Amino acid sequence: MKKHRMTHIRQTAAVLVLLTSAALCGCASDKGVNGQVIVYNWGEYIDPETIRMFEEESGIKVIYDEFETNESMYPKVESGAVAYDIACPSDYMISRMIQNGMLSEIDYDKIPNAKKNIGAQYYEQSRGFDPENKYAVPYCWGTVGILYNKTMVEEPITRWAQLWDEKYADNILMQDSVRDAFMVAEKRNGYSMNTLDAEELEASKNLLISQKPLVQAYVVDQVRDKMIGGEAAIGVIYSGEAIYTQKENPDLVYVIPEEGTNVWIDSWVILKNAPNKENAEKFIDFMCREDIALMNFEYITYSTPNVAARELIEEEDIKNSEIAFPDLSQYDNLETYVYLGEDGDYLYNELWKEVKAY
Amino acid sequence: MKTILKRIYIALIILFLYAPIGILIVLSFNESKTRAKWGGFTIKWYIALFQNEEILRALFNTLLIALVSSLIATVIGTVACIAMTGMKRKAKSVIMGITNIPMLNADIVTGISLMLLYISLGIKFGMGTILLSHITFNIPYVILSVMPRMKQLNVSTYEAALDLGSSPLHAFFKVVFPDLLPGILSGFLMAFTMSLDDFIITHFTKGVGVDTLSTKIYTEIKKGIKPEMYALTSLIFVTVLTLLVLINLSPTDKKKAEH
Amino acid sequence: MTSKNKWLSTPYIIWSVIFIIVPLGMILYYGLTDQTGAFTLDNITAIAAAGHAKALRVSLLLSLISTLVCFLLAYPLAMILARVQVKRHNFIILVFILPMWMNFLLRTLAWQTLLEKNGVINHVLSFLHLPALKIINTPAAIILGMVYNFLPFMVLPLYNALSKIDMNVINAAHDLGANNVYTFVRIILPLSIPGIISGITMVFIPALTTFVISSLLGGGKLLLIGDVIEQEFTRTSNWHLGSGLSMVLMIFILVNMVLSAVFDKDGEGSML
Repeated sequence: MKKHRMTHIRQTAAVLVLLTSAALCGCASDKGVNGQVIVYNWGEYIDPETIRMFEEESGIKVIYDEFETNESMYPKVESGAVAYDIACPSDYMISRMIQNGMLSEIDYDKIPNAKKNIGAQYYEQSRGFDPENKYAVPYCWGTVGILYNKTMVEEPITRWAQLWDEKYADNILMQDSVRDAFMVAEKRNGYSMNTLDAEELEASKNLLISQKPLVQAYVVDQVRDKMIGGEAAIGVIYSGEAIYTQKENPDLVYVIPEEGTNVWIDSWVILKNAPNKENAEKFIDFMCREDIALMNFEYITYSTPNVAARELIEEEDIKNSEIAFPDLSQYDNLETYVYLGEDGDYLYNELWKEVKAY
Repeated sequence: MKTILKRIYIALIILFLYAPIGILIVLSFNESKTRAKWGGFTIKWYIALFQNEEILRALFNTLLIALVSSLIATVIGTVACIAMTGMKRKAKSVIMGITNIPMLNADIVTGISLMLLYISLGIKFGMGTILLSHITFNIPYVILSVMPRMKQLNVSTYEAALDLGSSPLHAFFKVVFPDLLPGILSGFLMAFTMSLDDFIITHFTKGVGVDTLSTKIYTEIKKGIKPEMYALTSLIFVTVLTLLVLINLSPTDKKKAEH
Repeated sequence: MTSKNKWLSTPYIIWSVIFIIVPLGMILYYGLTDQTGAFTLDNITAIAAAGHAKALRVSLLLSLISTLVCFLLAYPLAMILARVQVKRHNFIILVFILPMWMNFLLRTLAWQTLLEKNGVINHVLSFLHLPALKIINTPAAIILGMVYNFLPFMVLPLYNALSKIDMNVINAAHDLGANNVYTFVRIILPLSIPGIISGITMVFIPALTTFVISSLLGGGKLLLIGDVIEQEFTRTSNWHLGSGLSMVLMIFILVNMVLSAVFDKDGEGSML
């Protein structure tokens, strides 16, 4: 019996050693003929097929890594734990990285598709966080708006202020993140969503506290499923999810509130200490090619700033969708988040804690 | 009557533990991608799963990390428990206190402080750093399950073995080890469980392109969990359960027959 | 097995110095300095700020209740299981740990599907013409989630401790005229104390800093101390405040140490 057990242990140990060595070999990435590029992007934020095509056409091996929030991406990049070449953060995070000298300037001569295919209006909108368009190449964009279930409301929802209507008590889903929650209150009151004015912030905080009893839940990614399932009448949601949720539940309607909202832009940036800068440029250029951008649009379903790619969309109702491609010129109160500095972040966070702890 | 009550009680607890798993299995056959709606029966997610190399690689990484880290943690933890019995009360409670630290710290605190540690030591981020981190947060669970067993040990049998001339090591494996085994086993299983589930610490200590199922699932949450994950979960569950039942039904009965 | 085995602890001590004490030193450094690197106690005293103090109180309350519920559910279960034949040992352990091998996030999301207004449980209840269950987005749902997630960590040590108790001791007590209650209070309970301590530690301490359960099942309406620490590290990158607050929580490790020492006096005698 004992002998039997010993051989058993030996066998297990042998298997383990084999497994470990196999895994370690697997880590030592084989470089492509033209080197490699290390990309850090949101989860599920690219059509894997486009990566494969890039590797084939360029001979550059793509090492692809994913993050789930801007905030969990930042310390990893900042600490230098891994030397990434390219990242794809959102607006305010890009302005923070610019301020902290973490990005490298884009050489548009090396990325011809970026100027040729990306609409000028998106560069214009990017100036909010990248004043001279030196660092960021827009990749995906969208708005934040209200998704409501028309069978559960008495009148169409058109304004943020309706999120304070007591009729909808326990039927409202708010965003569970500082900036998005404050944006709603600030826009409702006609303030800038990047305000640092003490009185405006205090008023917005009190507004959020007064809304708390009406809120069913503060959620981030669960708005989608909860709205499809008819759990709540009204939810604050990113436009990119709206088309999908409507497909699953035709009762849902997406609106950009009259008071204005946040236009968010996720963009490609090249990091300061990128070990493979040239390959990074080639990668971004490839992603800006209209056919590739179209593939990614169809995979991600978030609006693309790539005008040439939009022209290629075959389904007319998507190409002209008011949700995916709203005419931004009809609103004069749209903004994009800007990094507010350590003190600004601290202030917002303290106020948000007061709301949450209330 | 009493036995029936006992059985009902166990059944209720099992229902409680397994109900969410049942939901996951149902969702794995759901045509619609959202968990909020039943869109009809399909097996397409299972087909998609086997074509998805990344998920399969993540599964392999996950199992490897969990297995290796919990084995190492079990050895270190068990040895530490044995050593602690010879210690003074104070020394022992200090060690137990330190042991509890990784359990108490919010994962993000452990994750970031380990990341800083590896950077300052110049260790390259990869599979190795994940393993080191997992062993670290696994050890407390081993110690906490072996310790109670240790305290209940009967010292006299061990001493008797020594008196009868066995070497301390032999006496240990003959007398003490079998007694500790249930504690060691449950410590190992808990460590394995913690390792499978960890996300934040892995996120901060992993190298580029090394993914576990947890890191994959969490990065999917922004765009919605892919139903392939439900399919994978169901497969893992059914496989383990089948193995469990098979192993449990056959050999013990045979042995009994031999007696 | 006496003091000469002390050297056996060397691997663990080395390990904990490198991977626990040194990182702890970093937390201490951040916790005791401000953004400019100057010494300060502000990050520690910040726990007294209204929001933080409330978050800590709520977290303490929720984890205490969850620990208690886990204990009350697990103890009878462990007692029943401990009397099952020994050969079923491993099977029993695995049955209770197997659900935990499925991803935590997926399981918690499955609880959402079960508990929601239009969820599975309410469908079943309305089919049976019973009133609907309204616990999603309430503290009760958080406790349910915590109990679900931590129950095995209470069951296993209790089961290990109880199955070790010699049936002869219990039979002897009965022969000497002790009734069930008396046997339980005087024999079973004291002998299982090491298991109880381990179980409580493994449920209470991790429960104190969890936050995913509260945001997914509790609707994010309660601020827990785990939320605060997480946000300080990620949202504001204020590692100093986050570290300071984590240091405050270390007090609960000390409390746990003291309590274990007080209740575990009897354990000492039977030790090697």
